[in-house]
Amino acid sequence: MNRNVKDTIVEGITGVSVLLIIFIIVSILAVTIVGGWPNLNWTFLSEFPKDGMTKGGIFPAIVGTAMMTIIMAVAAVPFGVITAIYLAEYASEKSVIAKTIRFAVKTLAVVPSIIFGLFGLGFFIGFIGKNMDGLLNGGELKWGQPNILWASFTMALLTLPVVIVSVEEAIRTIPREMREASLALGATKWQTIRRVVLPGSVSGILTGTILAVSRGAGEVAPILFTGAAYFLSDLPRSLSDQFMSLGYHIYIMSTQSSNVDATLPIQFATTLVLLLLTFSLNAVAVTLRYRIRKRAK
Amino acid sequence: MIKDLVRLKSKGQNTAKEIVSFNNKKFRFSDWFAEKVIKAVAFLSIAIVILIFIFVFREAFPIFKMDKKEAVSTELLVQESYGGAETGSASVKTTDNQVDNSNKIQATDEKPSSTLLSKTWMPVSDNPRYGMWPLFLGTLKVTLIALLFAAPVSILAAIYTSMFAKPRIREIIKPVIELLAGFPSVVIGFFALMVMATVFQNIFGYASRLNGFVGGIAMGLAAIPIIYTLTEDALTAVPRTFTEASLGLGASRRQTAFYVVLPAAVPGIFAAVVLGIGRIFGETMIALMATGNAAMISMNPFDSVRTLSATIGAEMAEVVFGDTHYNVLFLIGSLLFIFTFALNALAEFYFKNMIIRRYQSKK
Amino acid sequence: MNDFKVKVKDLSLRYGTNSALKNISMDIPEKKVTAFIGPSGCGKSTFLRTLNRMNDLIDNVTIDGEVYIDNINIYDKNIDVVNLRKKVGMIFQKSNPFAKSVYDNIAFGPRINGISQKSRLDEIVEFSLKQAAIWDEVKDRLFNSALSLSGGQQQRICIARTLAVNPEIILMDEPASALDPISTGKIEELIHELKKQYTIIIVTHNMQQAARTSDFTAFFYMGDLVEMNRTEVIFSNPGKKQTEDYISGRFG
Repeated sequence: MNRNVKDTIVEGITGVSVLLIIFIIVSILAVTIVGGWPNLNWTFLSEFPKDGMTKGGIFPAIVGTAMMTIIMAVAAVPFGVITAIYLAEYASEKSVIAKTIRFAVKTLAVVPSIIFGLFGLGFFIGFIGKNMDGLLNGGELKWGQPNILWASFTMALLTLPVVIVSVEEAIRTIPREMREASLALGATKWQTIRRVVLPGSVSGILTGTILAVSRGAGEVAPILFTGAAYFLSDLPRSLSDQFMSLGYHIYIMSTQSSNVDATLPIQFATTLVLLLLTFSLNAVAVTLRYRIRKRAK
Repeated sequence: MIKDLVRLKSKGQNTAKEIVSFNNKKFRFSDWFAEKVIKAVAFLSIAIVILIFIFVFREAFPIFKMDKKEAVSTELLVQESYGGAETGSASVKTTDNQVDNSNKIQATDEKPSSTLLSKTWMPVSDNPRYGMWPLFLGTLKVTLIALLFAAPVSILAAIYTSMFAKPRIREIIKPVIELLAGFPSVVIGFFALMVMATVFQNIFGYASRLNGFVGGIAMGLAAIPIIYTLTEDALTAVPRTFTEASLGLGASRRQTAFYVVLPAAVPGIFAAVVLGIGRIFGETMIALMATGNAAMISMNPFDSVRTLSATIGAEMAEVVFGDTHYNVLFLIGSLLFIFTFALNALAEFYFKNMIIRRYQSKK
Repeated sequence: MNDFKVKVKDLSLRYGTNSALKNISMDIPEKKVTAFIGPSGCGKSTFLRTLNRMNDLIDNVTIDGEVYIDNINIYDKNIDVVNLRKKVGMIFQKSNPFAKSVYDNIAFGPRINGISQKSRLDEIVEFSLKQAAIWDEVKDRLFNSALSLSGGQQQRICIARTLAVNPEIILMDEPASALDPISTGKIEELIHELKKQYTIIIVTHNMQQAARTSDFTAFFYMGDLVEMNRTEVIFSNPGKKQTEDYISGRFG
C-alpha cells in the first residue's frame, strides 16, 4: 500500500477514536438533558418525594448531598492541605518516608470506592461507633449504625488524595525566590509557609476542595451502607441521622423501585441535577487549575 | 529630609537591634509545633492504608477461624441459616438441636470456607453456599470486555491527541475527554441502564437486557479517561529528540508515532492499562446497575453476570453484622483490595522503573 | 582586626562531589562596599550565599571552614540561622516582592518579628521606603500590589523590605543585572547612601559597576579567590595576571 494512503488511514482511525469518545460524552449529556429538563423546575428541587416516591421532588437528597459533602470537606481539606505541605516543603524527595507517604496517597486514589464503604462499615461504624456507644451511651445504639457523619468521613478518605494532589501542585508553582525572600528576611520556615506559601496556594486549595466536593457528591458506593437512606421524611437533624443523597436516589429509583417506568421523569431529572452539579464544580476547578498552571510557566 | 530620617530612626528602629543575636539557637515553639503536627498528619495517609488493610481483613478473618473450631462454626451456621432466610437478624438465638438435626449435619459437611470455591453463590438460603467462582468469572468477563473496548479506543485517541492533532485542537480534545472522568459512575450506570441496554439489545438481539456486555462497555467508559490521560502523558514524555530525529530522517508522522514514540512509551501505556484494569475491577455502581447481577457460570458475553464488587454493594446492606455472609463479603473486599493494591504497586514500581531505565539507556 | 565585620577562613563548598568553592579566606571591612567580580560560574554568588547560610536550603551541599560575623562563627552548631538572616539581609538578582501590597511587603519583616501595632508599622514602612529612596514614588500607592511597579522600583522595594528588618550587613546578588541604566543608576546611588550605615557586599558581573560603587573588590575564578584589594588597586594595578586579563576584557 502507498505510504500516504497508510498515513491517512492510521490518522483516520485514531481520529475516529477521539470522535467516538466525544460522541459518547455528548450522548450522555444530551440524553440526560433531554430526559431531565422537562421535569426540572422549582417544585422538583424544593419538595419532598410524595406518594411512595412516585411523585414530588428531591429536596432532601439535595440537602443531604450538600451536608455530606460539607462535612466531608471539613474533614478532608485540612488533612489534605497539611499532607501536601509536608510533601512539598518538609520531605526531601529521596527520603523513604516521603516515598511511602506518596505511595500511600496513590494507593488511596486507586482503592475501589466500595472498599472505602467496607472500611467505613468496619471501622467507623463497627469499631469507633460501637465503642463510642459503649462509653458514652451505656451501650445504647446511637453511633454504632450508619449515619451522615460516618458516611462523610468515609467519603473524606476517598477524596483525600484529590485534595493532596491539587494542593501540592499549587504549592510547587510558588517560585523558590519567594521562599528565599521570606527566609532572607529572617522568617522561620513555618512563618514562610504561613505567610508566603499558603496565601499563594489559596487557589490550589480551592481547586482541590471543589474537585473533592464534586467527586464526593457523585460517589455512591462508599455511602451505600455507611449512611445513605432510601427515604426519609425529615432532613437530618444531627450527625447521627441518616441522609438522602442524589446519587443513591438515582440508583434506588432506577433499580430498586417497584415501578421503574412510572418514575422515569424523576430519575432523569435527578440525574440531570447531579450531572449539572458535578459538571459545574468541575468546570470551576478546571478553570482555576488552568490559571495556576499558567502562573507556573 | 535627613532630619526627618534621623527623627524616624530614633523612633522607628530602636527595638530590633537588641533582639538580633544569633550565637544561641532559639527555641521557637510555633515552628517546632507546626513541624510536629505536619509530620504527624502526613503519616495519616499511611495509617489509613494500614487501617483499611486491618479492618477489611479483620471482618473477613472469622471465616478461616470457623474451620478450626467446627463446633462453633456449626452452631453459627444454624443460626445464620435461620437469620438469613427468615428474619434477617442474627440476634435470634437458636440452640434447639432437635429441630435442626438434619440441617446441622448438612451444615457440618458444608463449612462456609469449604464452599468458597464451589460453583454456586447462594448466600441467602437454608443451606447457604458461598461459591465465589461465578463471581470471579463474572468479574473477569466484564473486565475483559471493558478492557477490549476501553484500551484500544483510549490509546488510539491518545495517539491522535499527542501525535496528529494540531495544538489548538489538542487544547480542546484533552479537557473534553477528561470531562468524562468527572461523570459520576452512577450517571454512567444510569445511561447504560436506560439507553445502552436498549440500543444494544436492538442491535444484537440477545435475550437479557442487562448483561456482561452492556456492563462491560459502560465500565469501559469509566476507564477511558484514566487510560487516555496516562497514555497521553506517556507519549508526551517521550523526549522530543526522538521524534525530531525520526521526522528528520524523512519518516512520516504515522511512522514516527508507531515505530519511535509508541515503543518508547510502552511501559507508560502498560501502567495506564493496569490502572485502568484497577478502575474497572473495583467499579461498583455501574456493575450493579448494568450487568444484570445474576451469579451464573457462563462464557457467553450476553448473559447476565454478577461481579465481586457488585456483590458487596448489593448484599452488604441486607446482611447481618458479623454473620458468615457478612464475613464472606468482607473476604471479597479483601481480595479486591489486595488486587488493586498489587496493580498499583506494579504500575508504580515496575513500570516506572522500566520507564526510567529506558530513557537512561538511550541517553 | 576588629573593624572587619566578616572574616572567612578556609571556606570550601561542594555540591555532591563537585567542588564549587576552594579554601576561600577573606576579611570584609565594616560599613564599606565590597564587590565580588568574576566570570559566571566562578562561585561568587555561591560564596555570597554562604554568608547568610542561604545554601542551607539546597540539598546535597557540604560546607567546610569558618565564617565569622562579629567574631562569631556562623557555621557553629549553636547558631540561630533565623536571627542570623535578620542581621545579614539579602537582595536577589531577580527582584522578588511578594504578591502583596507595597505596605505589606515592607511590613513583612517587622510583622514576623511580632510588631503588630499599626502606628509602629506605619513608621517603619515610611522610614524604610525613605531610606531606600522610593518613598516619593510610592507614597500614594502603598496599598497597590508591589507587582504593579516597574522592575527598578520593585528592586528598591526589596531593598526597603530588607532595611525594615534593620540588618547590619546587606548582601546583594547582582541587584541591577535585570534593570535598565536609569534604574541601575538609582540603585548605585542608593548603595552609596546605604554604606554609611551598613556593610554591603555586592556580586556583579559589571566591572564598571564594581569600580563605581565599591571600596574593595574581590576577584573569583573557578571557585578560587584570586585576589582582593582596594578597588582602585584592583582596577589600576592588579597583582595577578588572571585579574588583569579579566578586567581588561580578555576573557569572561
